[in-house]
Amino acid sequence: MSTVLESLNAALHRAMQTDDSVILLGEDILDPYGGAFKVTRGLSTAFPERVWSTPISEAGLVGVAAGLALRGLRPVVEIMFGDFVTLAADQIVNHIAKFRWMYNDQVRVPLVIRAPMGGRRGYGPTHSQTLEKLFLGLPGLKVLAPCDLQVADWQAGGLLLEAIFDEEPVLFIENKLLYLSKLQKPADLPDFEVKPLNPAGSPPLFHLEIKGAPTPQLTLAAYGYMAGLAREAALQLAYEHEIFSEIVIPTQLSPFDGTILPLTESVARSGRLLTIEEGTYSLGWGAEVLARLVENLGPRLRVAWRLAAAETPVPASGVLEEVSLPGVAEIVAAARKMV
Amino acid sequence: MHTKFDFYRQLRTIRHFEETVLDNFSKGVFFGTTHTYLGQEANAVGVLNHLQPADIVFSNHRCHGHFIAYGGDLRALFAEMMGKASGVCGGRGGSQHLHWRNFYSNGVQGGIVPVATGMALAEKQQNRGALAICFLGDGTLGEGVIYESFNLASLWRAPILYVLENNHIAQTTPTRQVLAGDMAARFSAFGIPVRELDSSDVLEISGMTEDLLDGIRSQGGPRALILHTQRFGPHSKGDDTRDPEVIAQLWETRDPLKIQAARLSPDERVTIDSEVESQVAAAFRQAFDDPYPSL
Repeated sequence: MSTVLESLNAALHRAMQTDDSVILLGEDILDPYGGAFKVTRGLSTAFPERVWSTPISEAGLVGVAAGLALRGLRPVVEIMFGDFVTLAADQIVNHIAKFRWMYNDQVRVPLVIRAPMGGRRGYGPTHSQTLEKLFLGLPGLKVLAPCDLQVADWQAGGLLLEAIFDEEPVLFIENKLLYLSKLQKPADLPDFEVKPLNPAGSPPLFHLEIKGAPTPQLTLAAYGYMAGLAREAALQLAYEHEIFSEIVIPTQLSPFDGTILPLTESVARSGRLLTIEEGTYSLGWGAEVLARLVENLGPRLRVAWRLAAAETPVPASGVLEEVSLPGVAEIVAAARKMV
Repeated sequence: MHTKFDFYRQLRTIRHFEETVLDNFSKGVFFGTTHTYLGQEANAVGVLNHLQPADIVFSNHRCHGHFIAYGGDLRALFAEMMGKASGVCGGRGGSQHLHWRNFYSNGVQGGIVPVATGMALAEKQQNRGALAICFLGDGTLGEGVIYESFNLASLWRAPILYVLENNHIAQTTPTRQVLAGDMAARFSAFGIPVRELDSSDVLEISGMTEDLLDGIRSQGGPRALILHTQRFGPHSKGDDTRDPEVIAQLWETRDPLKIQAARLSPDERVTIDSEVESQVAAAFRQAFDDPYPSL
């Protein structure tokens, strides 16, 4: 059983083998180091001409990647810690996301910005954030986030390959704790019925229900690393509290439209929604999910809650960090109050 | 090779286009804003007449002169500013967001510099032999990302010419109030060969650009050209806070059209002037009559 990290690494190898136009840029990505989280390991050895180690210049290298993409290449940028993506915000917001539309569809900007996000490693306020919500809802930018599920060809690396060969720019969110997580095939999750859905050709969205359970009383919506925690919580809820839930796990966070139909169908069955995210509570992904479901379902949505990080920077102290980020116990506690 | 007539015609076209824009803005013909190129025309014409078809130009907010010298269509530029379907970008971009053939512009200071650098690197990586020209202004020297770009361009030998048009004023702020240290040293610190010219003579600008582009084409790597120039008009429309006498003096001493016109006979000049006038007027009229797009 391979890890999410191995899956992403293999996808980069495959992309570079398949297509000479794929260029890797980032800080400290050369072998033998192979990147801060080792996602680029082996690539500079295999493709020395196309793996460009950069100075500490996030804005510059993301801008350079935009130029490469405008002129026929497929750059993949690694931001060492996703927190540093703010250094490239102007490039993303005012250039990369704008070019195609602003230039009247005359150009394409096929690039990927990989950003490792998330806490629970004690790295403290500037190396632990989950910042993707700052980039959600930005026209012209796709935001994708893999989870640990593997169904047929659909897994983290497959999602990354899709992103690399997409004609649109993609911000690719990799939760740091996912890297060492094992890929979970349906056979590894005997308690769940795992259904991949692919609404309107967008990246996969997974639907999990507990095998043999009665009609669900609750829908859990989560992505990335939180999807695994939601799975654990769903089992506890079922076996210890007889609360039955199903889980909807999107891999495309923005644009949002592809996500909403499966979520609406699930919540139409369960009547209750709990969103779980590692970003801060206010004005985030969960807020959008909730708003759309209220629009779609009205009073058929009986109860809805959001679980998210505390609205402080992420603390370095493991003890403080533990209570500031939502975990399995919080999901279970919330669900028990809701049902 | 461009003749003295071509140069004068291009200078006159840019001048007359910009004057037409300013004359008509108050009539509500255009959306948004504009950034006048009056006084700086020789830079665009002198620099861009050495382009080969595959070469890339990335311009900034003050891009009309560059677009016209690149060969861009006047009607399409008027139409873009009027928000018409026939505009360069169908009315989506407006005055400062243009793309046509290998010409691009964007309205955020500094951010275009790494993008243009990346484009030059793409040409190098794919061995296509083209180069990029990136226009920036003195005000943009305050943006940090340009120094990241110069570093990368020099490290990776990007075939790019950075053209810094120093018009001595950033919107309303005199450059000397906001710029410490030496302008040329900002390039040479990164190992980028840099030349400077304080002239409004299109021939001088053209000659120096040719040398620099030849260097890029034969040896690779970036070059920089600092053109000390003068902006005759406002930053945008009515935001000029300078003493009118100072500006009148600039018209006397630094007018690129006057310098180039002196190389023509009065008859030659009048003929070109009247041709350009009717060309610009026709482009304006056509754009005015063009339909609006739908979203």
